Amino acid sequence: MSRNLILGGLLTALFLAAAALSFVWTPGDVTAMNIPGRLRPPGGAHLLGTDHFGRDILSMLMVGARTSIAVALVAVGIGLTLGVPLGLAAAAHRGGLVDELISRSSDLIFAFPSLVIAILITAVFGPGAINAILAIGIFNIPVFARLARGAALSLWTREFILAARVAGKSTLRISAEHILPNIANLLIVQSTIQFSLGILAEAGLSYVGLGAQPPVPSWGRMLADAQTLVSLAPHVAVIPGLAIVFMVLGLNLLGDGLRDALDPRLKVLRT
Amino acid sequence: MLAYLTRRLISLVLSLAVASAVIFLVVEVAPGDPASYMLGINAQPETLAALRQELGLDLPKWQRYLAWTTGMLSGDFGMSYTYRAPVSEIIGERLWISLPLALFALTLAVLLAFPAGLIAAATRGRAPDLGVMAFSQLGVAIPNFWFAMLLVLGFAITWRIFPSGGFPGWEDPLQAIRALTLPAVALALPQAAILARVLRSSLIDALGEDYIRTARAKGLTRTQTLWRHGVRNALIPVLTIIGLQFSFLIAGGIIIEQVFYLPGLGRLIFQAISQRDLIVVESTVMLLVFAVILVNFLTDLAYALADPRLRHR
Repeated sequence: MSRNLILGGLLTALFLAAAALSFVWTPGDVTAMNIPGRLRPPGGAHLLGTDHFGRDILSMLMVGARTSIAVALVAVGIGLTLGVPLGLAAAAHRGGLVDELISRSSDLIFAFPSLVIAILITAVFGPGAINAILAIGIFNIPVFARLARGAALSLWTREFILAARVAGKSTLRISAEHILPNIANLLIVQSTIQFSLGILAEAGLSYVGLGAQPPVPSWGRMLADAQTLVSLAPHVAVIPGLAIVFMVLGLNLLGDGLRDALDPRLKVLRT
Repeated sequence: MLAYLTRRLISLVLSLAVASAVIFLVVEVAPGDPASYMLGINAQPETLAALRQELGLDLPKWQRYLAWTTGMLSGDFGMSYTYRAPVSEIIGERLWISLPLALFALTLAVLLAFPAGLIAAATRGRAPDLGVMAFSQLGVAIPNFWFAMLLVLGFAITWRIFPSGGFPGWEDPLQAIRALTLPAVALALPQAAILARVLRSSLIDALGEDYIRTARAKGLTRTQTLWRHGVRNALIPVLTIIGLQFSFLIAGGIIIEQVFYLPGLGRLIFQAISQRDLIVVESTVMLLVFAVILVNFLTDLAYALADPRLRHR
């Protein structure tokens, strides 16, 4: 196993575990205010200090991880469940009207500046985690559709697919039973990348106030609250940012490591 | 080339038509009536109706869509409900912050990424390369608005070199550039990280080609080969990425403007949304989408000019 895979896997597992743990236990209460104990620096009773309401930052990070992971994960799920079948359908009917329609619409969505539209969607339909998921998820659809189509296209010319066709299998069954398992590696790697992009996008949206709403803690929101306190208590601004960086870094390393591990050919090409 | 150009032009127009329809629909289904927002809760029904008529809000949706799009074609973006001024004028003012910011950031990103990518490719597998790759891993993982906050903490609060926010206007260009420096650096970092990576891998690809071996065999030094044959051939994919990054710079700029309180297009969108100034929202978002689609179109075109094979895809 490569260093990337181990380091990325550990970082990702750490955040997933912290988020899972937050359902049953956090060091402090994330809704209880304690004004006299606000803006405490890290150390002592509060490992990572307290925020402007005196809430324990470590606890906020743990619960915030839940929000980030949930939003990004569901957004990836939307991309996978809608994008992959579309891409497979396009490849199965390559050159036809279906292919043209699917390819052109994903080109079109690609051409949109995704964050601008995400801001528009969340702003119009109201801020909140669900709308953030939709806004991020929509842009995952063409990513997976394109990837699935491209990978499936090269498979359709292979002998084992020809054999399956000769055996009388329908295009639908071939896509599901032969194409999909063969492109699963690519999809897994891309999923980790989209997952990390989703974490960043969620942080950005909740930073501008369009993500999960208070009192639900979210990393972006914590940064927005910290902005005016930067000179007073730098830890309030630095720590949530580090959480985002480590989570995204972990996912990216995991993606790189998985790619190398799942497809040794790519490794040869890259080095 | 002409056939290719026609095909791309048709798809450009189609993209814009679909984009405008989507934006219009999304904004139209937004709850809240601009007229009642402007007049407040105590407005008389007759006044409300009169204002709705004046704003054209009583017309059917498709008529308003047509009026909006045909107006934009002739440079008329409509009248803002809240600013009581032509939207094109408002956008024009804000553009003088957002556009220089995006270009400034793009320049910084290129200036940072080129040496980094070159060094990495030239020293593949050794310490400088590993350093650049680590920087680029970190660069894509850092949210730019958080990086912006760190920059403010360092360069505006601890060492008072740059202002922490606001924009003094272009009357004093030096102060204006100072105000845009930290935002541009914050925007540029993740872009530079991506660009350095693309440049590195496309250079490594190019350096593996036969013509590089030929160049070395005829007696060129390593550096000469890198510059004359490597960099030139590696530039095409890099240019595409630069084109694509423009879209990220525009979108990223919206959030960065919030961090630095810059009165650019991003802040305009947020203000207009909170004031239900639909026409400003529609037109500004449409302009951003148009800019991105146009840049992608031009990149494709430049690409086709440079590489004739691509015209026949």
